Amino acid sequence: MTATELTPSRAEEPAKTRRERPRVMGAGKQLHAGPLTYVVLSLFALISLAPLVWTAIAASRTNQRLAETPPPLWFGGNLFKNMERAWEEGGLGTAMFNTIFVASMITISTVLFSTLAGFAFAKLRFRFSGVLLLLTIGTMMIPPQLAVVPLYLWMADLGWSNQLQTVILPTLCTAFGTFFMRQYLLQALPTELIEAARVDGASSLRVVWHVVFPAARPAMAVLGLLTFVFAWNDFLWPIIALNQENPTVQVALNSLGTGYVPDQAVIMAGALLGTLPLLIAFLLFGKQIVGGIMQGAVKG
Amino acid sequence: MSSPKQALAHPASSADAAPGDQPGAAPRAHGRGTPPPGNDSWRSRLYRWDMKASPYAFIAPFFIVFGAFSLVPLLYTAWYSLHDVQLANLDGQTWAGLKNYENLLSSDFFWNALWNTFTIGVISTVPQLVMAIGMAHLLNYKLRGSTVWRVVMLTPYATSVAAATLVFVLLYSWDGGMINWLLDFVGIDPVNWRESDWGSQFAVSSIVIWRWTGYNALIYLAAMQAIPVDLYESAAIDGANRWQQFIHVTIPQLRPTILFTVVVSTIGATQLFGEPLLFGGVSGSKGGSEHQYQTLGLYMYDQGWIIGNLGKASAIAWSMFLILLIVAVIQLLISRRLRKSQ
Repeated sequence: MTATELTPSRAEEPAKTRRERPRVMGAGKQLHAGPLTYVVLSLFALISLAPLVWTAIAASRTNQRLAETPPPLWFGGNLFKNMERAWEEGGLGTAMFNTIFVASMITISTVLFSTLAGFAFAKLRFRFSGVLLLLTIGTMMIPPQLAVVPLYLWMADLGWSNQLQTVILPTLCTAFGTFFMRQYLLQALPTELIEAARVDGASSLRVVWHVVFPAARPAMAVLGLLTFVFAWNDFLWPIIALNQENPTVQVALNSLGTGYVPDQAVIMAGALLGTLPLLIAFLLFGKQIVGGIMQGAVKG
Repeated sequence: MSSPKQALAHPASSADAAPGDQPGAAPRAHGRGTPPPGNDSWRSRLYRWDMKASPYAFIAPFFIVFGAFSLVPLLYTAWYSLHDVQLANLDGQTWAGLKNYENLLSSDFFWNALWNTFTIGVISTVPQLVMAIGMAHLLNYKLRGSTVWRVVMLTPYATSVAAATLVFVLLYSWDGGMINWLLDFVGIDPVNWRESDWGSQFAVSSIVIWRWTGYNALIYLAAMQAIPVDLYESAAIDGANRWQQFIHVTIPQLRPTILFTVVVSTIGATQLFGEPLLFGGVSGSKGGSEHQYQTLGLYMYDQGWIIGNLGKASAIAWSMFLILLIVAVIQLLISRRLRKSQ
């Protein structure tokens, strides 16, 4: 009865307010974008994409053509030849394989350990949990430069210079991942579900396997994507730890760029090759990556 | 021969209850539920131990990795910074005291690198964050294909430092570079982006700005979407137009997020390394012919792995850390001041 009385007045209200009140910004009542918004956004989009598109244009030209004015604005016919040279002379073949291996290992272990630690911080009670969480977040402040000299010396001592495990080990687990999973599981995992499993006598590992992992799956996927992008693009430690014989893509690109006979077209082909796998992943999972960054931001 | 009294005293006694058993003990244990049925005491003990220990087991991997690859190295870096450690002679480490730090403080290159880190940091961070807020504001409108816009703005983030910098090197080249060609188009004299002081610093900053603006825009967008609509409505009732709403509602509500991005960007700027290294090409670790864009991160790499003085590199690493701490304290004070004034 009351519901039927309320409905019409509720329906009338927006119509009134729309006429009387000035237009309002904000999440719930987003304004439609005007033409000017689209123009400015297109400009931003152009700036975001132009260097990448131009990489492809430059990679499809010859070195001589790149030195001329005006610079080429459309594709030429040398793309595959340049890519082949970058692949072979620049050692990008090995580099790609190495990077895929390194980034996959880092991603799997980071997602797994972050989920476990994030679950503990979100849902389990234990002594010092507050302090330990603060410590975890605090570690993000420590610059990686502060560790590279000893790590370099130890890896040399172990005979691990130029070997991939040198790059993988320090990144097996990250503070960001732990915090990201904690923030997600705080809300996404009902505490009653864990308690119910507990009452049934489930061990912690069973709870993790049957309750936590299924609930965490969407966030695990996003964290996996973010970690993969990070690991693929990591630069400082790989360039110190690896040499040109056993490089990751970033190390190989660096040696291409500092080569003494720079063939710009080949360098551009290398840059394109080194970015292409991530760009493809981005086309496929861009929505999830965007969502992950925004989610990590709100609660962070 | 049991009397009725005795029968009443053992109402629950049944065939399986052994004489002397407390009646009702078994049901009580089941009622609590915690130890699984058919329990031995070791099993329930194992269960309780599992409850207590598993949180620590779950967080252990992070703390082991952090301890082994961050915390312990951090202390060792301090130790090495007090030693003479040469890349060519790793076993011959000798005590040097504060010599590495004295060397640093009396080196023009160190102060140059510190100053460059500061200027490049400012000219990359400030425009980046200002543009990111503007971009987020636009993305906050109801847009056709809103996801597509967001993904496009984020593509530079997926591009590696190495790939992006190599492209920008070519775009900024003196002869036949795209940027100088465009400048010529609008009647501006070409700039020597590799050799000039401010030109090269601007070029290096533009790579940072290009890669990170979209990322920061998404962070601002997320925060904007969490601002309650009532705030805008009451501002509108007070007669605020859209620009005034942006200045008086959006910006103050974003304050914590802005502070967060300033802190993160400052940390990033202090560690700037890949962009100037690759921008310099062959002379990359020197930060250009005149060290005009040699940052602290580059200076450390140059001293440690090109010149081979790892002790000095350690000292540079620690001074970077101290500078970060000072910056963090300043930011903390500013944020506290802001909160008080609010």
